[in-house]
Amino acid sequence: MLQYAAIILFMIGLYGLLTQRHVIKIIISLNILEMGLNIFIVSVGYFEGGLAPIFTSTNNTNALAFVDPLPQALVLTAIVIGVGTTALGLALARKIYAEYGTLNLDEMGEE
Amino acid sequence: MKHVLAFIFVIVVGGMIIYALQSNDQFTQYGDNDPRQTTSDAYINRDVRDTNQDVIFGESDDLESAPANTVTAIVADYRSFDTLGEITVLFISSLGVALLLGGVNKKRMALNYTPNFMLRVGSRALFGIILMTGIFIAVHGHLTPGGGFPGGTMIASSVLLLYLADDQFRTKVTGFKLLESFAGMTYVIIGLVGLFIGGYFLENFLPTGTLGNLFSAGIIPIIYVLIGLKVGSEITGIIDNFLTEEAL
Amino acid sequence: MINVFEIAVSGLLIVLAFVALNSKSLIKSVMLLSGISMLTVVAFVMLKAPDVAVTEAVIGSGLVTSLFVFTLLSFRKTGEIE
Repeated sequence: MLQYAAIILFMIGLYGLLTQRHVIKIIISLNILEMGLNIFIVSVGYFEGGLAPIFTSTNNTNALAFVDPLPQALVLTAIVIGVGTTALGLALARKIYAEYGTLNLDEMGEE
Repeated sequence: MKHVLAFIFVIVVGGMIIYALQSNDQFTQYGDNDPRQTTSDAYINRDVRDTNQDVIFGESDDLESAPANTVTAIVADYRSFDTLGEITVLFISSLGVALLLGGVNKKRMALNYTPNFMLRVGSRALFGIILMTGIFIAVHGHLTPGGGFPGGTMIASSVLLLYLADDQFRTKVTGFKLLESFAGMTYVIIGLVGLFIGGYFLENFLPTGTLGNLFSAGIIPIIYVLIGLKVGSEITGIIDNFLTEEAL
Repeated sequence: MINVFEIAVSGLLIVLAFVALNSKSLIKSVMLLSGISMLTVVAFVMLKAPDVAVTEAVIGSGLVTSLFVFTLLSFRKTGEIE
């Protein structure tokens, strides 16, 4: 169920990326798309009744059924990279506003 | 018209994704994945080099990778070179933000409110608690959920609190730059030491100890703390650049 | 077995994403993005990924939202914009 939600979230983000005309809204769409992709990648490694992949004093041997740790490791770094891209996009938006005086893509370059 | 075209395009892309997931023997359905059939089996059993050891919490000694958290074992040991690349990407993006927004003739952005006495004192007290939580999470990254990435971000969040509580506050950005360079350089130096001792870049050259102890897993806690310091100083630089404006 | 919580979180995620993109006010969109991020944390906990959940909770709900708000503040100061 969460996997389909992730795909729909990805679709909503892609639709926003294609149709929005405001720079901040485009960055918000990019963030929504990224969250959908992250949920999708993590959901690939999940199975019913799996345990979180951490050895503790109760889940203490490798014979237990742990969920797949590899997609989680990939997503962990991808989230932090997402902050970097979002910050760079917002900095560019501030520069665009200082240059054109507007944030709407349609109104740029008309004056 | 354009919206209709975009809508059709999105529906087609989503339909293709769902169709590809439904009729694919190589790709399991949601909820049916079996990590024992994939590469992750070797990561969970810690036998990438075919050691065939039992992994038991609190008992196993001298595993090839000894953090109790398997995700940490992948991020900071098996795929550590990958992580070095990722924090370089973050460094480049913080450099780009500094290039676009920073500069010499910049002053602190006025937030147009004056914090009262309670807010100032309370945020000073909270600053220490959040900073300590961030350091705790970064240090215990090989035992509990968390690690260098959220720990570093919590350190940056504590600095953000100081920015919000004081109208004139600016961090010593040079100090954070030095900290970041130190963390990145130490990471590479540890990797080179591993190359000379063990024959691989970022080889674990310290004794790995017992699974589940605080002092275990060799170089992994050191590397994760360094990642935390680097991420924290980079994000603090980004926050500082966002809270400046042109001096009039 | 159909899990009620999974369906609730999935539905809320989709509805909030839709409202965030169609909202007129920018600050409302940013706050809804923070809400989506919070629901993503719940989804990660359901998928048994506590590491990712901690990271997303710190970054998505705290840091990214504050960066958006600072950017909107700088626009408010230099010129009126909705």
